[in-house]
Amino acid sequence: MDDRKMKHRSPVPEEELLSPDAFLAPEERGLFCQDRPEPVEPSKVKIIRDFCNWAQANSVFILAFGTGCGAIEMRPLFTARYDISRYGMFPRPTPRMSGLFIIGGYASVKTMKRIVRSYEQMQNPKFVMGLGSCTVNGGMYWDSYNTVKRLDHYIPVDAYVAGCMPRPESLIAGFNRIKELIKAGKAEGANEYAKNFEWYKRNQRRIIKDWNMPEYNW
Amino acid sequence: MRRADLSFITVPGSRAVEAVTWMRDHGGFTHLVMISCVDRIEEGVFELVYLLNDPVAYLDIGICVEIDRDNAEMESMHHLWAGVRVYQRELREMFGIDFPGSPGVEEPMILEGWDDIPPMRRDFDTLEYAERTYYPREGRSTSDPATEMEERSYPLDAGVKRGIKDLARSGYGDKENTKDEG
Repeated sequence: MDDRKMKHRSPVPEEELLSPDAFLAPEERGLFCQDRPEPVEPSKVKIIRDFCNWAQANSVFILAFGTGCGAIEMRPLFTARYDISRYGMFPRPTPRMSGLFIIGGYASVKTMKRIVRSYEQMQNPKFVMGLGSCTVNGGMYWDSYNTVKRLDHYIPVDAYVAGCMPRPESLIAGFNRIKELIKAGKAEGANEYAKNFEWYKRNQRRIIKDWNMPEYNW
Repeated sequence: MRRADLSFITVPGSRAVEAVTWMRDHGGFTHLVMISCVDRIEEGVFELVYLLNDPVAYLDIGICVEIDRDNAEMESMHHLWAGVRVYQRELREMFGIDFPGSPGVEEPMILEGWDDIPPMRRDFDTLEYAERTYYPREGRSTSDPATEMEERSYPLDAGVKRGIKDLARSGYGDKENTKDEG
């Protein structure tokens, strides 16, 4: 998270960014809220803050969106053998209901577009877990023309689970790590996204060439 | 080693549809396995391979067609098998071969908003494109279990080994290098 400044990259020019309604048909414009996301500061009172973090850490619902081959490791988690509901976690069918987005392995550009949309539709507080080596540095897709190498340049990532593939046990370790971060109040990915919105949008725009969705869709 | 039940013939581009149609209607090769493409950049041609299968006699035949690489265009065969249109869309996208008249061939199939040369052409530098477009993470390093455990269990021995390796790498004994260091 230290190279936010993008020294060695030429960014997309400023005027291309944040042009509302540019890509939507007139009848579709009312359907989307185009306001920018706002950072939500945690409560100043420590006991309320701690209570919120405790509550969030114990009801982390997973978005059931398998984005790569790593999603196959999530099936055993939900079933009897590793039974993730012991940890207060459960897959939810829509982004509106879920709080944890697991990026299961490689994210191609085409998937990235759907990932961005799904992530933005999730309600705060929301967390992202990168699963597999591909999300860390590209993994075996290090020279692919169509797979992003660093997921944290496009959406904020709270924890990574390395491995190709990580076993369900590693995933459980990752969940526990996420819970620790939430309880410590350090899983502030959604606020990171709101604060560095231009930076993220610029990175997304660089790879998603046919941008035919609202700037921020939720 | 080439299989006994698989053979290849090369036909000129203008007769390809005719040959494939004859194979399907009279030769018994009723099943299209796939359409493949070989980029023979040295000769300036694309070689399309229509792989057909005879499900009764268990025979395969590949009908090869060489087309010009600079003006890549081929007659569409979507009227022979409905599935051909999918292959043709993919060939159009990945190799830039045009199939006029094929349904939906203009629409993007897998790549959305691709603005470079088709990525499966051999003159497309995949690594260069990936490094230019996506953000490579600096410091890709390995943590080999053997070295990792050695570092943890025998730090002194591992340190000495590392020192010797660094010395050897920095060109110990090499006159030019020692002069620079001095």
